Order: sequence, then structure tokens, then C-alpha cells
Amino acid sequence: MRIYALMLVLLSSISSISQDCNNSLSGKVVDLHDGTILKGAMIIVAGTEQVVISDDDGMFTITNLCNQTYALQISHPYCSTNGYKIKLDGNLNRTFKLEHHLEELNEIIIKGKTVQKQATLQEKKVASETIEQYSNGSLGDVLNTISGVSSLNTGSTIVKPIINGLHSSRISIINNGVRMEDQEWGVEHAPNLDVNTAENITVIKGAGALQYSGDAIAGVIITEPSKIFIKDSLYGKTLLSLSSNGQGGTLTSKLTKSYENGWFGTVQGTLKRYGDFEAPDYVLSNTGSYERNASLRFGLNRINYGLEGYYSLYKNNIGILRASHIGGAEDQVSAINSSVPLIINDFTYDISQPRQDITHHLARIKGFKKFNSLGKVSVQYDYQQNHRLEYDIRVGDDADKASLDLVLKTHTLLADLDSRLSDKINLKSGITARYQDNFADPTTGVRRLIPDYEKYDLGIYGVGTLQLQDNWLVEAGARFDYTYMDVFKWYRTSFWESRNYDELFPEIVIREENSQTLTNPEYNFNNLSATLGTTYSISDNYKLFFNYSLASRVPNPSELFSEGLHHSASRIELGDLQFTSEISNKIALTFQKQNTNFGFSIQPFVNTIQNFIIIEPTSVLQTIRGNFQVWEYRQTDAQLYGVDIDASYEFANNFTYNHQFSFVKGYDRTNGGPIISMPPVNTTNELTYQNADINNLNIAIQSEFVFRQNEYPDNNFEVYIPTTETFEIVDVSTPPDAYHLLNFRSSIDFSLQKKSKLTLGLNVTNILNTSYRNYLNNLRFYADDLGRNFLLNIKFNY
Amino acid sequence: MKTIKLLSLSVLAALTFTACSDDDETPDVVHEEEVITTLTVSLVSGNETITLQTQDLDGDGPDTPVITVSGNLAANTVYDGSIVLLNETEDPAEDITEEVEEEDEEHQFFYTVGTGLDVTTEYTNFDANGDELGTEFTLTTGDASSGELTFTLIHEPTKPNTGLEDAGGETDISATFDIVVE
Repeated sequence: MRIYALMLVLLSSISSISQDCNNSLSGKVVDLHDGTILKGAMIIVAGTEQVVISDDDGMFTITNLCNQTYALQISHPYCSTNGYKIKLDGNLNRTFKLEHHLEELNEIIIKGKTVQKQATLQEKKVASETIEQYSNGSLGDVLNTISGVSSLNTGSTIVKPIINGLHSSRISIINNGVRMEDQEWGVEHAPNLDVNTAENITVIKGAGALQYSGDAIAGVIITEPSKIFIKDSLYGKTLLSLSSNGQGGTLTSKLTKSYENGWFGTVQGTLKRYGDFEAPDYVLSNTGSYERNASLRFGLNRINYGLEGYYSLYKNNIGILRASHIGGAEDQVSAINSSVPLIINDFTYDISQPRQDITHHLARIKGFKKFNSLGKVSVQYDYQQNHRLEYDIRVGDDADKASLDLVLKTHTLLADLDSRLSDKINLKSGITARYQDNFADPTTGVRRLIPDYEKYDLGIYGVGTLQLQDNWLVEAGARFDYTYMDVFKWYRTSFWESRNYDELFPEIVIREENSQTLTNPEYNFNNLSATLGTTYSISDNYKLFFNYSLASRVPNPSELFSEGLHHSASRIELGDLQFTSEISNKIALTFQKQNTNFGFSIQPFVNTIQNFIIIEPTSVLQTIRGNFQVWEYRQTDAQLYGVDIDASYEFANNFTYNHQFSFVKGYDRTNGGPIISMPPVNTTNELTYQNADINNLNIAIQSEFVFRQNEYPDNNFEVYIPTTETFEIVDVSTPPDAYHLLNFRSSIDFSLQKKSKLTLGLNVTNILNTSYRNYLNNLRFYADDLGRNFLLNIKFNY
Repeated sequence: MKTIKLLSLSVLAALTFTACSDDDETPDVVHEEEVITTLTVSLVSGNETITLQTQDLDGDGPDTPVITVSGNLAANTVYDGSIVLLNETEDPAEDITEEVEEEDEEHQFFYTVGTGLDVTTEYTNFDANGDELGTEFTLTTGDASSGELTFTLIHEPTKPNTGLEDAGGETDISATFDIVVE
């Protein structure tokens, strides 16, 4: 190199002596981002009308240039055109770097590196068209379209994703590069994000994002915002979705402005309003919702550095089925034995108690810079504030007061380094520091469900990928997390003593007041997580993925500290402050064939979990309010296994058949029984007709069959009913029957002007208006699931 | 070099977080409102008062209610009954009966007489619509007998109704006493 430079200097000095117009400019055109050679770049020298094209090696030479300053313009189909001023004094050899632009740029800069995903776990992506179809739904509804993902519902508006049989704290959700901290421990706490902010959503069925978390025992859900092109443009879309069931709609709109110089900004907002939903035979009273979301994103995107700010607000008021709010076991018997909900009122948009009112703020700022020697360095700070209010049916002065008022604040600092060590080895590493503060407002007049606590996390990770051969990739990663929790918990003194805690932990008692004991439990957790995997392409069509992941999860506050009545479940739930981390060993395989007209993927997995925390009934407690079943959390060893199958076959022009099948089993390996709430076997079959020539017409008919769950723990119990003077069985175990739903979907595009497009869509779900109950719906004891729904989607792109 | 800077930055941030923590203030105890810990039924006939009481001071806690019956009822006697509900987790105890009587349309007491017990009951107070409320009632005993007597307070029952079976609503209290009529 030095010799080359010397020669250049020598050459230029020679030509400068000659003082004529025989100079040459030679050089090479490369991609600024990764140094890829750009062939076919056009170099125009202003004033001389000389035009040359770079060759296969990206090289070019322009001759007969004088000793003067020239203006060059270099363009390339995939790059932004750039101008250069070159002062020639003799011959010159120079490398020109172009900004690789449009799709590719955005793939790499904006999307690809926002989240480091493990390459050896097959990921399932939900495209923006599917998200748009579900713009009226929640994250859980959208993800239900993926095999191996089902949902745990509380009615139809609180939908939590389940991945390979597990949910809640065992799933990490990475929203726009931020790990969601939205009190996900509760089964009635749906993810607090607006699906309309996401351009695509990816599910990884394993601990596939060590950059963000090591505790994703079930899997990771990643939502990513839309790519923004580096060019001057202004565009947006507005989507209106109207539903017959719920008699409401969703309006969502997004507008993006971007500039050639890399600056960009996006504003987005969503409004959803629904009244009571309906089952085939009756109104599901108090199941409406009113959701308001807004987000703002802005930043500067240059190839070698960038800066981005993001803020989103999620606000939702959700009604919970009125008939699900019941007293003790006596009420449970009449509610379960009744074929219709015990409370059915006329349709209304009003949302009254019981209800949830949630506000989630998310703000983040992120910057990155690339260094030739080191790699890409990114730093991100994010802040989240989750305010959850839950209103129960109360009397007197307290009627309009919340029963639960929790504020969870989370600050996170991330620093990452992405280095390409060689052509074949890539290493990503970084650290995370997080501080979390949970505050439970005591003015509710109801004992705190979750105590006040502060939590500190410090994590460090590294993930390396090695491209052994063109078709063979090996990946290994590890993460270590240290967690410290400082908790202030008021126990009922009677409970504290009945658990023998007064003798086991006298040192953490601070004081006693009002038959309650204030304690200060402190925790230190040291958790290791790791992943090892490989991807091998057998041929162009066939691909094999293997992944082993070790994940460790700190027990959530509900598992540690629950101690009291859980109203909508009509049971008393008790945690255990002595729990240790859950440790999961998951092996996942994927065999995949991709072809234009026939493709499939088969994904078996085995997940063996030590110290798995489950909740199960232990006794029946008599109180002045009646009898309640007591459910206690317990740690055990569990094993889950299953297989997810996807297939698609284009059997004729424009006609495609899609198939999905999910099977999962879960067992308690200590006690031998099945684990509760495992998704039953289900299969979805769909026939679609798509024709790009007829305005991109798309028609699909879908059959969804859910088998009955035949393996479940028997948690039934008996209760004495004074009116009949008999003992009645409270059947809280028997799963509902299998069911079959038919759905219809259609859409058609119309071009309005040069740059705007109108898409109309008509969907019908549960065409036959089938009455059914879903094993994974917590309200299945009280009411049927949703009846038929006509959905009209109007989308306008501009 | 940059890595080291970043690392030190993050460590610094972590330290700042730690430094922020302030453990001096401990959270206040929550005084449970609207919790009913105690139901007392007074049955008065002349100078004689029989008291039935159930007391569950720890609510959803592990202790079961303490049930006391002060004595046996006399045969063929009319008793004036009244019910008092207390929240004894507060000091002084809060009288919840007032709240129930204020929201009379949304509450109703039910009396369930078990097999073998020869007594009848009758409502003596009513809500604003003239439907039964039942914090006051009369209890008439028949011949000597024994059996269970259950008091059930239902919140938001269907009114009017013919009894617990079609009242719906939500059970706020369910208290069963073993009664002897002699």
C-alpha cells in the first residue's frame, strides 16, 4: 500500500512536470456501507462530456484530463447519485464510496441492525398486509396467524400471545428496539402496544435475542417500524376498519417525511372504539374498549452514523365481561352451571366496572456510529412508564375508585458493538443497565397486589457468527445477567405466620401495624443464558436449522408476592418469596423447503425447564364472603415438546393452498401430570385466489379447527350449597369441546393517482356464527366466544 | 478506546441508578376499605337477645371465620332481627350496614333455613322501590328443632326475585349458623 502511494506521488509529480492534458483519473466505486464493489456505476465528467462505466471489479479510468478542478457525477442504479469535486494535478487514483440506497440500505441500516436476531432459529414474520388486516385487533390476534403461536384470552379484547405453550413473563417483546416492561406477569395484562406502529412483526420460538434478554423461555416477539428511504419524499397511509360485531371501528393513520440528506420524521396515530361484543346468542355485556395511541419518530440516517428518537403513547380502557365478576365458590357453581351469562344487558358503548385503564409511555433515543477499525457502535437509552388502573365492582364511596393502581417505571441503557472480525466472523457484544421502580398506590383502599419494589439489572452479552461455508453458518452466544431486587411488602400477619415465615425470615421484618407485617425481602439473582446453533443449506431449496438455547428467568413479582383474592378467577392466589430462577433448555429444529410452488417447514422442539413455576389449587378456604379455592405457586420440573408444521402449495395458476398445524404437550415431571392451559392441537387450512391482473384481487377462505384439550389437570372441588343443602362440584377443569370456524377474506386494489392507492377489503370471521368456547379463554366458564363478524377495511396509501 | 469509554459510561449510569435509590421511606400500610369482617345478627324477643356472629378479621387470609351463637332460641316465639356489618380492620370499626342501606336497591339479604329447623323469616325493611332489603326482619320459631340458618348478602341482585335461586348477583357474605330451638 505504501509503495502504491509512493508510486502515485511519483507518477503525479511526473505528470505535473509534463503540464499537459494527458492526465488520467482512475479509481474504484464501492458501497460506502460494506465496501462491496459496485459495477455498472456511471461516472460523468462535467464539461468534457466524458462518460465511463465501472467494470466488473468496480474499476474505471478516464483519460485526457488537464490539471484543473473537475466536477464528477457518479450514479448507480442502487445508490444515491453523488457529486464530487476533483482537483487534478497529474494522474489520480481514488476510491469513490456511494451510499447504497433504497431497499438495501434500509434493510441494513434501519431494520437489520435494530435487533440482533439469532440466525439459527427459524423466525416467523408477519408482513404488513397481515398487520393491516388486524389493525382493529391486538398483538395477540395478529400473532395467532402463526403456527405454534396461540393466545391466552380474557374475553376478546385482552389477548396474550402464547409461544410453544408458554406466555406472560416467559416471552420477551421487543417493541421498536425497546424491551417492553408493561407488567406482563399478569394473565389479564395484554401487551401494551399498538400493532399499527409495526411494519412487520417477527416471532422467534426460543431465546433468540440475547441482546435484549436472556429470559425468553418461550420466545421473543419483535416489532419493527417501517423502513424509511433516504430520499426526498412525503407519504402516508390511512386505514379505516369497521366491524359489525362490537359495532365499532379503528382509524389509523401514518405520515412520513424524509429528506435526501438523511433526516426523517414519522407521525402516527390510532383510535379504536368498540361497544359490547356479541356471542351468537347474546350480548357479552361490558366488553367494549376505547383505545387511543400516538407515536412520533424522527432522526437522521447517514451511512456511517445515525440518530433516532421515538416516542409512543398507548392508552386503553377495556371492559371486562360483567358476568365474570363473581363472589365465592357458591357463585361459581351457578355461573358455570348456567348455559348463558348470568348478566346480559342491552348493547352499549359504555364501559363500566370491572374494567382496566392502561397508559403506557415509551421513549427512546438511539445513536450509532461506524468505525472502520472497530465496527458499529450503538448506544440507546429508553424510558417506559406503565400505569395500570383496574376497577372492580365496589360499593359506597369507593364505587368509582380503582382497586389496583400500579405505576412501573423503567430506565434502560444499552451499548452495543457490532464488529466484523473477518469475512467469515461477526461478533456482536454489549451491555445493558436497567433500573425499574414499581409503585402501588395505597389510597385504593385495597391491599397491594404487587408490592413496591426497585429492581436493578446489569447484563453483558456476546453473540458470534461464523460462516464456515457459503451454505453453513454456526452461531454461539452467551449472556450474563445480574439482578438485584429491593422489595417492601406488607403481608397479612396471619399469612406470614401460617407460612412459618416469622421463624424463617425474622430479620426482614420492619414493623407490624393493623394485623399486617411490613417486610423487606432483597434478592440477588445471577443468571446465565446461552445459545448455540447452526444453519445448513442442503441445496437451493432445502435448509436445516438447529438451535439449542439456555434461558434463565427471574421469578416475577406475582409469583413471589401474590397473597389474596383474584377476582375474575374467583380464587385466592398465593406466591412464595423463596422462589429461585427458572432455567430452560430448549432444542429446536427446523427442516424447510422453499420453492415457488411448494414449500413447507417442520419445526419440532423440546423444552426442559427446571424450577418451572406453576400455579395449582391446594385447598378451599372458608371466608365470610363464602368459600374460595386457594391456588398456590409451586416450583417443579417441567417438559414441553411439540411440533409446528407449515405448508403451502400453488396447485394451479393464482390458487394457493396453505396449511398450518400446531401440536404441543406439557408435563410436570415431578408429579407426572399434564400442565394446565396448554394449547390444544389445532390446524388451519386456507385456500387463496390471487390475481395481480385483476386489481390484485385476493380472496381466501379459511378453516380453523381446534381440537379439545384432552390432557389437563383435574382441579375440580366440592362446595356446600346451603339453599339445596348439597355438595356441588365446581368444574374449573374440564376443557370445552372441539370447534370449527370458517373465515372469509378478500381485498382489491385501485390506483387513484400516480402515487396513491385505495385498497378495499371485506372479511367475515366465524361465518357460520358457531357458538363455541375456547380452552385458552379465562372467561370460558361464563360465556361463549365471539359470534360472526363482518369487517370492512378501507386503506388509502398516498 | 471507544468501547472502554462506553463501558465506563454504562457503569457510571448503573452507579447513578444505585445512588438514586432511597430506602428511607417505607410504604404505608393499606387500610382496607369496604371489607366486611364481621356480621352480627341480633334476635330480640322481649328482654332476651340472642346474638349470632361470624368474624373473619383476616379476610382472604388463612384464618377461617370465628362463628358464635350466644344461645338457643325459644320455641313458638317471634324475634325482631337486625343485622350489623362491620369492618374491624379499621380502628374504630367502620359500620358497613350504613353503606348497604344507602345502596338498598343494589343489596339484599337472604335467609336460608336448613332441613329440620322449624323457623320462618319475613322481611321488615325494603328498598326505595319497595323491594326486599332485609337488614331487618322477623324470625318466628315453631316447635323445638335444630338445623342450619344461612344469611347471604347479595350485591346487585335481580329485584324483585323469588329467592337466592333467581337473584343472581354476587355474594358479599355467606354465613351459616347452627341453630337450636328449644
